[in-house]
Amino acid sequence: MKAWVLARREWRSAFETPVAYVFLALFPAAAALFFFVLGGFFAQRSASLRGFFAVLPSLLIFAAPTVTMRLWSEERRGGTEELLRTYPFRVRDLVLGKFLAAFGLLAAALSLTAGVPLTVAWLGEPDPGPIWGGYLASLLLGAACVAIGLFFSACTRNQIVAWILGVMALVFFNGIHAAATATAVPTWLGRLLLELDFGTHFRSIVWGVVDLRDVLFYVAATVWFLCLNGLVLEQRRWP
Amino acid sequence: MSSDPGGPAAGAPVVASVVAVEGLEKAYGPVRAVCGVSFHVPAGEVVGFLGRNGAGKTTVLRILTGYLGADAGSVRVCGFDVEAEPLAVKERVGYLPENNPLYPEQRVGDFLHFAARARGLRGPARHAAVDRAVLATGLESVYRRPIGECSKGYRQRVGLAQALLHDPPLLILDEPTSGLDPMQASGIRELIRSLGRTKTVILTSHVLPEVEALAQRVLILHRGRMVADAPLAELRQAQVRHAVRVCARVPAEALEELLRAAGVRELVRRASAFGDGVAALEGQVQAGPEALERIGGEALARGIALLELAPQRASLEALFQRLVGEDAA
Repeated sequence: MKAWVLARREWRSAFETPVAYVFLALFPAAAALFFFVLGGFFAQRSASLRGFFAVLPSLLIFAAPTVTMRLWSEERRGGTEELLRTYPFRVRDLVLGKFLAAFGLLAAALSLTAGVPLTVAWLGEPDPGPIWGGYLASLLLGAACVAIGLFFSACTRNQIVAWILGVMALVFFNGIHAAATATAVPTWLGRLLLELDFGTHFRSIVWGVVDLRDVLFYVAATVWFLCLNGLVLEQRRWP
Repeated sequence: MSSDPGGPAAGAPVVASVVAVEGLEKAYGPVRAVCGVSFHVPAGEVVGFLGRNGAGKTTVLRILTGYLGADAGSVRVCGFDVEAEPLAVKERVGYLPENNPLYPEQRVGDFLHFAARARGLRGPARHAAVDRAVLATGLESVYRRPIGECSKGYRQRVGLAQALLHDPPLLILDEPTSGLDPMQASGIRELIRSLGRTKTVILTSHVLPEVEALAQRVLILHRGRMVADAPLAELRQAQVRHAVRVCARVPAEALEELLRAAGVRELVRRASAFGDGVAALEGQVQAGPEALERIGGEALARGIALLELAPQRASLEALFQRLVGEDAA
């Protein structure tokens, strides 16, 4: 598939510079630091990963735009977008290729956090269900975060701006329900925002049974933002 | 005339023109960059696309390659409509964009393999294509070097190499020699000349002698409109006045008098290759042999022996200046 051609180039390119290595080292380190040290794991004297999966969404909010911020903005700034767009790629191949590259890197970083549950398993006997559920939820949330970050990277030629917009959007989607309950909104609106809140579905997958509706929510959010990304690219042919 | 543009052209319509542009329009907001441009390029022709900066050349090329969408008009490349079948067009075009954008962190070989994959080349065919392009552009010595560490000349060759990988019937080169030193530029020119033997080429350049040396036909764009579209030879003949250069071992004033009597206008004194004591003048005459005969006859009548009586070829530069030089923006 053509999307893999682009994803492959992005991967190779990421590993030609220190960026990928730094990211793959920092993300698991930050996850472990937040959980073991700042989260007070040892004080709670129980082999539970509740705190770990409570902190991962916050990390993803910052990590996903970090991975995606340069993907489109740099193509535009360096002019290489013209090269990509005159090669025989479909727009969906381009968007999917960029997404796969960024999601692959994020998934690799997530898999490197396995040291945390392994450590906990060595110290005690955590319930394996929420661990698998937690990683599934993190991957799904990560995919949606990457799609949103990628969309904002396509909107600007400045990667710092792309990062800031991405983080702001993700903070919004992860906190709309909390923000809404703090202000007095009508019940129906509160319920709608609860459904749209990224955190609601995340907690539901980690702490309940895996409901297809929660999975579909993230898939739909991912597809939606990838489609918007494609529209932005199409639109740019008529500046 | 029909032609098979080659490549994976199974099912491609039989076409007379590799490029057929009709009534092209493109505006950037309130600025009309291209207004009603039409032209055809037959297979195998090398076309020079000229115009001042901002005339709309790059915009037209970007529409041809599918990078930008036109507001109105149609573009067909090898018989395929660029809006209806963009992939079929992109498969048949090799494009060197203006300023030659490349990925600086990527190695030359890695980049060419990526470009070949993007072109749908696989396995041995991909390796063969990259080897061929590397050989044709002389990139062997920098194959493993990151592109950002290559000299400008080598980067330009990388840009050309990626455009050649899939052996496209049409090459579109936007300022292929800009920013190169004379040696590098002449190397690239040689390459384009050899490519032009088998391919249709559209190139832009600010170096007019370069276009004269490479192209069989020129298109001149001025403020988004096509102001000339003709074979070079025809354009030269269309020039009503020609320049003439005359030398003789007489005082400059005497030579000036002679030339005025022969009807030569706009006389300019030039340095003579024969050294002191020899006057050299250039002036404008009507095209055709009569003007030169008059000068010769006048010299004979005055007993002046001419050392040089040479018609100057009408240069593309003179024509270009006449067409787009006035009302300088």
